[in-house]
Amino acid sequence: MRFVDEWRDPEAARGLARRIAERVTRPWRIMEVCGGQTHALVRFGIDRLLPEAVTLLHGPGCPVCVTPTATLDAALAIARRPEVVLCTYGDMLRVPGTERTLADAKTAGADVRIVYSTLDALALAESLPDREVVFLAVGFETTAPGVAIAVAQAEIRKIVNFSAIVAHVRVPPALEAILAGPERVVDGFLAAGHVCAVMGTAEYAPIAARHRVPIVVTGFEPLDLLDGILACVTQLEEGRHEVENRYARAVRDEGNRAAREAVLRVFEPVDRTWRGLGDIPHSGLALRAAYRRFDALERFAPQVGASRDAPECIAGAVLVGKARPTDCPAFGKACTPDHPLGATMVSSEGACAAYHRYRSVG
Amino acid sequence: MTVTLAHGGGGRALRALLESHVGPAVGMDALRHDAAVLDGRIAMTTDAFVVHPLTFPGGDIGRLAVCGTVNDLAMAGAVPYALSLALILEEGLPLEVLDRILASAAEAAREAGVRIVTGDTKVVERGRGDGVYVTTTGIGHVPEGVDVGPHRIRPGDAVLVSGDVGRHGAAVLSVREGLGFDDAVGSDVAPVAAAVAALLAEVDVHCLRDPTRGGVAAVLDELATGHDIAIDEAAVPVHDGVRAATELFGLDPLHLACEGRFVAFVMKEEVNRAVDVLRTFGEAAEIGRVQSGPGRVWIRDSFGGERLLVRPWGDPLPRIC
Repeated sequence: MRFVDEWRDPEAARGLARRIAERVTRPWRIMEVCGGQTHALVRFGIDRLLPEAVTLLHGPGCPVCVTPTATLDAALAIARRPEVVLCTYGDMLRVPGTERTLADAKTAGADVRIVYSTLDALALAESLPDREVVFLAVGFETTAPGVAIAVAQAEIRKIVNFSAIVAHVRVPPALEAILAGPERVVDGFLAAGHVCAVMGTAEYAPIAARHRVPIVVTGFEPLDLLDGILACVTQLEEGRHEVENRYARAVRDEGNRAAREAVLRVFEPVDRTWRGLGDIPHSGLALRAAYRRFDALERFAPQVGASRDAPECIAGAVLVGKARPTDCPAFGKACTPDHPLGATMVSSEGACAAYHRYRSVG
Repeated sequence: MTVTLAHGGGGRALRALLESHVGPAVGMDALRHDAAVLDGRIAMTTDAFVVHPLTFPGGDIGRLAVCGTVNDLAMAGAVPYALSLALILEEGLPLEVLDRILASAAEAAREAGVRIVTGDTKVVERGRGDGVYVTTTGIGHVPEGVDVGPHRIRPGDAVLVSGDVGRHGAAVLSVREGLGFDDAVGSDVAPVAAAVAALLAEVDVHCLRDPTRGGVAAVLDELATGHDIAIDEAAVPVHDGVRAATELFGLDPLHLACEGRFVAFVMKEEVNRAVDVLRTFGEAAEIGRVQSGPGRVWIRDSFGGERLLVRPWGDPLPRIC
């Protein structure tokens, strides 16, 4: 199949792995930012092709995983209202809230529906004028334009029974947060190609310069990943710390201008809490004042108690590269994709789910 | 505890429901195979169809209901003989929709060489059905000398598929969710009796199974009992449209339903002959081998890695057949 098979050639992959091994003279820790990259690395066993000196750290780029439990609890409270149809992406359904999941709420009678696009939720609102359609919007900058366009459309077409719980987050502040501590934990980043396809690469230059860390924009297929790792290792060995675009077939330096403008028009940066990383300044997107009447949290003001995560879950440490899924005593035992303790075991982009799917040994 | 949609998927939730509720109530033998063989010669099976939407690229619920049942008979090595057809109709269903479904059921029965000999029709109030639910029951006879079943699977056996996998699952997903793959992927729904008869005439077949709900993965998981099965992922034939859909939506073609394919276990010495016979019907291929082990399914990928097949709890697609 074109655009897939040529990026999965095992011989070419081994060739790139050899070049990485030749280039490396000392240990380096490279973090792939995006959960989609983590998934591909584990699925194709890319980490096992690499020399021992290169350690891959799995980053926080799984939007389902970093969504705090409090947001899910709010969504559950809103979904319980009889007039509400709560729509979201399939991955969110089995993420544990403090007491239950959206799938549990659905079984108990709440109207919870899976959609593939925010515009599907908007169309649903149009077709159900007597109901309140609420879209639970999680994701990075990649999915934010779709939500921005849906909200803008709702405004233009006066679809008043549509609203969104906007839980969108931004990648650059998260990288800053990971680099902020006194101790250097990451030597280089593979930036998430899809986020850069929307937002471009400009936001990363100040981070690379300030923290003297190479940031390589990388794709998602095996050869993309190996090529990104080779570029990152080369910069590190040569003492460079630049933003380098190795995913040029999808990413332009200026990003997708129309998508970026839609995001800027509808959203503004706000401080936000991440699961695992805590409060990060300017790391979230919220509806601007002109669109705030589409904010479901304002419209329904859900009453929720104190939210808490399963105490034995180490998802927070996994999300910042401080622990591997297999370090967790609950992994594959008390915590499985059927009965997850944390979101990293649920989402198809979660590191724990990837390890469970591809690294279980019976 | 209540029934959830996961219980209707092809995953472990369904198996748990059968083993702890249905089996103890009606007798575990009723669960063992899709078709029961009575007195060694008469095969009997039944299947209920609740697919939504009623019409999908490549077929509809009428064709599906006939093919599903005659294929279950074929998997027992039986020649289909007669079918019953029971309909639950929802008030408000346009009669032309019903006519179309019945016409395609009749056409599928002709293709499969089986007669529809009895049936039942009920109507429920609007809102209490999904247009049409269909239940078919089939009987067939197992020819002299044919013994096909999981009890004959041995380490060393070759595992074949009769054609490319995942088309039905991808087609139904595409049209139900509006994903737009309808033009690229049609369901494979078709009777497999002719291919099975040709294979049985040439090769000593150990076991047959149709990978419907839960796909090839569910079949392998169920049949890897007392031995392991190792699959070469690159050898599994997958249509480009199905691959594109699964890549885009993070699904695995091994977990998608087929409705016109089967998995066959044959002695490795006979694998080339078996593939030759099946190639006249479709893109058949050897995909793996049975090996000794405690009952695991290994998937070897093209990068030389090996992973265990993890069968999902529910279905990756809720309710597809």
